[in-house]
Amino acid sequence: MSTTEEGNQSERRIQEIDSATVRFAGDSGDGMQLVGGQFTTASVFSGNDISTLPDYPAEIRAPAGVLAGVSGFQINFSSHKIHTPGDVIDALFAMNPAALKVNLADLKRGGLLIVNSESFSQDDLEKADYSDNPLEDGSLEDYRIVSIPITSMNRGAVEGLGLDRKAADRCKNFFVLGLAYWIYNRPLDNTLAWIDRKFTKNPALRDANRRTLEAGFHFGETAELFDSSYQVRKAPIAPGTYAKITGNEAVVYGLLAASHLSNKPLFYGSYPITPASDILHQLAGLKQFGVVTFQAEDEIAAVCSAIGAAFGGSLAATGTSGPGVSLKSEAIGLAVMTELPLVIVNVQRGGPSTGLPTKTEQADLFQALFGRHGECPLPVLAASTPADCFTMTIEAARIAMEFMTPVILLTDGYIANGSEPWKIPDLNSLPKINVEYYVDIERFQPYARNERLSRPWAIPGTPDLMHRIGGLEKQHITGAVSYDGENHEYMVKLRQAKIDGVEEDIPNAEIFGDPSGKLLVLSWGGVYGAAQTAVEFVRESGKSVSSVHLKYLNPFPKNLKKILPNFKKILIPELNLGQLRYIIRAHFLIDAIGLNKTQGKPFRVDEIVEAIDRALEAE
Amino acid sequence: MVVTPQNPAELTAKDYASDQTVRWCPGCGDYSILAQMKKALASLQVEREKNVFISGIGCSSRFPYYTNTYGMHGIHGRACAIAGGLKMIRPDLTVWVITGDGDGLSIGGNHFIHTIRRNIDINIVLFNNRIYGLTKGQCSPTSEFGKKTKSTPLGSIDFPIHPCTAAIGAEAAFVARSIDVHVKHLAATLEAAARHKGTSFVEVYQNCNIFNDGAYLYATDRQQKFDNILELEHGKPLRFGKNGEKGIRLRGLDVEIVNVGDDGVSESELLVHDEKAATPTLAYLLSRMHYPKFPEPIGIFRSVESPTYDELIHDQIAKAAAAQKPDLDAFFHSGETWTVK
Repeated sequence: MSTTEEGNQSERRIQEIDSATVRFAGDSGDGMQLVGGQFTTASVFSGNDISTLPDYPAEIRAPAGVLAGVSGFQINFSSHKIHTPGDVIDALFAMNPAALKVNLADLKRGGLLIVNSESFSQDDLEKADYSDNPLEDGSLEDYRIVSIPITSMNRGAVEGLGLDRKAADRCKNFFVLGLAYWIYNRPLDNTLAWIDRKFTKNPALRDANRRTLEAGFHFGETAELFDSSYQVRKAPIAPGTYAKITGNEAVVYGLLAASHLSNKPLFYGSYPITPASDILHQLAGLKQFGVVTFQAEDEIAAVCSAIGAAFGGSLAATGTSGPGVSLKSEAIGLAVMTELPLVIVNVQRGGPSTGLPTKTEQADLFQALFGRHGECPLPVLAASTPADCFTMTIEAARIAMEFMTPVILLTDGYIANGSEPWKIPDLNSLPKINVEYYVDIERFQPYARNERLSRPWAIPGTPDLMHRIGGLEKQHITGAVSYDGENHEYMVKLRQAKIDGVEEDIPNAEIFGDPSGKLLVLSWGGVYGAAQTAVEFVRESGKSVSSVHLKYLNPFPKNLKKILPNFKKILIPELNLGQLRYIIRAHFLIDAIGLNKTQGKPFRVDEIVEAIDRALEAE
Repeated sequence: MVVTPQNPAELTAKDYASDQTVRWCPGCGDYSILAQMKKALASLQVEREKNVFISGIGCSSRFPYYTNTYGMHGIHGRACAIAGGLKMIRPDLTVWVITGDGDGLSIGGNHFIHTIRRNIDINIVLFNNRIYGLTKGQCSPTSEFGKKTKSTPLGSIDFPIHPCTAAIGAEAAFVARSIDVHVKHLAATLEAAARHKGTSFVEVYQNCNIFNDGAYLYATDRQQKFDNILELEHGKPLRFGKNGEKGIRLRGLDVEIVNVGDDGVSESELLVHDEKAATPTLAYLLSRMHYPKFPEPIGIFRSVESPTYDELIHDQIAKAAAAQKPDLDAFFHSGETWTVK
């Protein structure tokens, strides 16, 4: 998607480009995620908009050099606003034959392919299931291949620092990073400073990484293996201070912010599960904010501890992935019945069962909406991008406490691990979450309701408000146990009405493009980036296509029912077999078209563009 | 609004009665446990609103509805997890878990072990009637081997779990046992459990007169109980029998019953109870004494101090806050940031 603009090449040999997508790939021990992270930081410091996609195997350390162990990190950086980590890659850094094999299909024709020539021994090739050496058999002639003896160049760079062979070889990712910095015209200073901080206690490693980073950079400059280096200009970005943030980090920040805005202590009970564990890891290190984190013995204990903490008056949250939600579902029903506030973050991954633990999918919508017994409604929200996880986490907490209900927030592996610039908000400008514990003894009834149909949050320790809650059906208002059928039906409807009423409290859906037309692309969750980019692209060619991105899945934004009939067709791209489409059909009696993918990967923009074109042609 | 909390010293058992009709089967042992709990609460002199009862599912788990405190009737087996979360966020509360042998040891066995090994400062009271009552008469994990029930018509082939042994195995710092009809002993045991800092575990032998009537007759019947029950007292030798004529002596790594007095051994040869013993060896040994081979100990097996989980969490929080100012705005800006003008 980059447009080439030749600079004064003969002198500066710098070519200005609009955007580029780069992928670093190697063994899962090669430090590719680290290199990708540093490259991302260097890009945002250079003023680019960025979007990243880490992709790593479920195996912790597959044997070196095999296909199963390939870890990759992709970054798209641009001089304009971007929404995705990029479809095809412009440059691939492949540390070994396996990394080449796994990633080559995504490299565009004519793209830059940088390989470590010394990792193409017979042994390496066999591990990667190559019968012939691709560097020699002509199979790579469509690419601009740059074959470099990275291993020995790195060893040369770190020589004399007293590192053993293994430690020395581990530095070679920084050689590659240095080379990447030269190719894309990035300064080294930030990464050098980072190395100094990281290795304060190990001067030898510090010096080695510094040296090899610089060696890689200088190699790019002197080796004349490249026609030019590239420069991506600054993107027009709204003024403000930014940080690079992943979706999981944004959930952490959102929980802290919600705790601050509501003035309620934060409790986070969780059980480790990919790709949600980082939320627990990070919160556990933020005890100074009074956060109580609890690594429970299982998913059930995790959610139950949060329910106990919610009863005790805290902003209680639990984070997990789909299989964990399965285990939590009975307890979520208890939270619905007891009407306690609770945030449940589901970082979706490929399912069912263990499925594809490190790969993304968007197939837990039905689970979020219906995965409990009985009539058990609760609000369901979905974040659209890594930074949006911040906003939607605060929303989930706000709705949970204002409506006294559990709320499910859906993110997914793609946005949880991906990163983008996040404009750091002014905390004082964020709206307060006004929730108070109930203390009025005169009128206290545990299941009396306010105008939102929300019951009072009266916490243990408050004099004279003693009450008992639990999973048995409640008598309306008094909360006493009731087996009365009429009352049960009334309460079932009341709980539903409370959740339905959340629509009065959430923003309307926004239309991108014209308010009516031939086609509406309706997306939700992490599909946002690809869908938005695709719609922007087709609109440039004058096609009558608009888009709506849903961040509230239950209830839907109030205006959605008015928007949908204004379009002849509705296309719903989802990383599942059509779950939102099913719901839209049921709710609005509209025959939406699905675009569905379940490969553990996010949509490519071209896939959605093609689907849009197909839908328009089929008129 | 002005609230004048009642002076806890003036509270009586009656103050702890809720407005709910108690719905256990007539003659159920739960009534007695409820009554003794109310007495224990009154004598603890804790503000009424500071007590919270959390339960799972089962007959015993209806208990929170019947105490005029805060309470939550949870889901099957998970009371310990709910109570733990509550205590972690609210160390100021006295938190009780009321559970049964099915709830606490079958479906909730996992949480039982982990709550105890963490030493969260809650009190677990397990009503053990060796049967499933609410689901109408299936065997429970404490049912004896060979027990014939609706689900085991040919006799249970599960070996029973012994609650006190399991608790000690999970490093419980406070373990006690009492009996529903042994009212004074029960009230005193519950009170001691509440006063203990850390997870306290109390097993209460409880009669289900519908599905397992008389399961503990050996321990409650006037004629038999002196021979079948041994009341533990800290620092006292282990004696039992109507006139204390029998005792327990250590033999190797096991125990044996001996006669005490003129036609037996002298009291100095008997095993002396030490609930404060640093290691749980003695408590474990005692927990392995089962009827009919041995008298079953009641009272406090073990009561030692160790740091509690909730205390440790809040220590960590306080230390972290002292080391690093909890400034959220500064934290948001603490990583690598860049400014666009």
